[in-house]
Amino acid sequence: MRYLSEYRDPELARALLGRITSTATRRWVLMEVCGGQTHTIVRQGIDQILGGAVEMIHGPGCPVCVTPLEQIDRAIHLASRTDVIFTSFGDMLRVPGSETDLLKVRAEGGDVRVVYSPLDALELARRTPEKKVVFFAIGFETTAPANAMAVWRARELGVKNFSILASHVTVPPAMEAILESPDNRVEAFLAAGHVCAVMGWREYEPLAERYEVPVVVTGFEPVDLLEGILLAVRQLEEGRHQVENQYVRSVRKEGNFRAQEMMLRVFEPVDRSWRGIGTIPRSGLGLREEFSEFDAEMRFRLEAIRPSEPSECRAGEVLTGGIKPFDCPAFGNSCTPEHPLGAPMVSSEGACAAYFNYRRHQMATSSRAES
Amino acid sequence: MCLGIPGKIVEIRDDEGLTMGVVDFGGVKREVCLAYVVDEVSVGDYAIVHVGFALSIVDEAEAMRTYEILRMMSETEGIESKGIESNDQMAEPPPNPARTEAGYP
Ligand code: SF4
Repeated sequence: MRYLSEYRDPELARALLGRITSTATRRWVLMEVCGGQTHTIVRQGIDQILGGAVEMIHGPGCPVCVTPLEQIDRAIHLASRTDVIFTSFGDMLRVPGSETDLLKVRAEGGDVRVVYSPLDALELARRTPEKKVVFFAIGFETTAPANAMAVWRARELGVKNFSILASHVTVPPAMEAILESPDNRVEAFLAAGHVCAVMGWREYEPLAERYEVPVVVTGFEPVDLLEGILLAVRQLEEGRHQVENQYVRSVRKEGNFRAQEMMLRVFEPVDRSWRGIGTIPRSGLGLREEFSEFDAEMRFRLEAIRPSEPSECRAGEVLTGGIKPFDCPAFGNSCTPEHPLGAPMVSSEGACAAYFNYRRHQMATSSRAES
Repeated sequence: MCLGIPGKIVEIRDDEGLTMGVVDFGGVKREVCLAYVVDEVSVGDYAIVHVGFALSIVDEAEAMRTYEILRMMSETEGIESKGIESNDQMAEPPPNPARTEAGYP
């Protein structure tokens, strides 16, 4: 069985599209939470083909996009120190801080390195005891177990020159914040499959119940997404609001117990500010006190930074589904992937970058046709 | 960065008390931490890998079952469905060596 290609099978996709359009008696508003899903949807034009049956609005699930500006500024501050090797996932390097970004810091001589796994950063610390290695620990519940393991191992192996700048966020509080908002239009969610591979889906049940909103745990390939949409539309049509699992091949109801346990040992819930959205109570993960020696904020005594956000960027509205990227006046003008004003234009999961990469030509054509 | 990718586990070993292994993503091999799937992992399994960690083992029987249901639905549905007009409209996946050739047996 050729897995990935089968979940990209055009015939299956066509059949699912047919089911969705014949099931929907009105136009429903769905939000896909994860930025990886946003990219598949926009790239394949799923939202456009289904335009009559569902409106897809894009959620806040781009970890790079929601990492708050003050945390980027702190990263830049650490990366500029001569005694520090600053390590990060590649996506973070071009995210604009208040004044500069990590890529420019590197060009000016800062030791900034891209790692594939947090364990690579730990290994680097073991190899270079004369330097302090800091890892930029961002991401959702998918990434938190990996980063927790790096900290756990650092303690186990007695690595003293390793610390993390923790900026983790968690999905359910953000979904709740969206549902609580007076402007909320979301009628059903496609939950992020890989977050649920770790966490399971129990924690969505109270949300589905309280807000009477269907939640479908969904994978990332086109056929997965279409099936997720179909399950959500069926629930809406039948007046149900349950948590359903489309992504059965990788997600079990209880999730990954070992990964959850490690996260709980190392991290605890904290209030976290989301870039462009604001502070959401208990929506982040911070290091527990017993791991404070691995906390870069403590180790380097980082002060509160009051950052200045570029005024034109409307990332907050984009990330909560309030506007589509091309509704932002800066889109494609002063803000492009080469010169991003905001994080959603940088990240490979950001909605602004997805629209810029896959929709720009088409938008240019349609506006020519109109004029 | 948040993408998880399925790959085939080709090697499992112990690295100073941590279960590590090698995962083959269609020809591209990578070191992956298997500590979170240690109870269920065997060589030849497919795992969802994210930032160097296996997060779950793909349940092949389940994958097969879902696929068969979808397949049947597509056969009964087929012609009448509207929407995607030609096969070309399902764009090729992005040119990521880790994904393109990852064949499942
Ligand atoms: S297009 Fe650029 S400026 Fe506008 S919201 Fe997106 S990232 Fe911000």
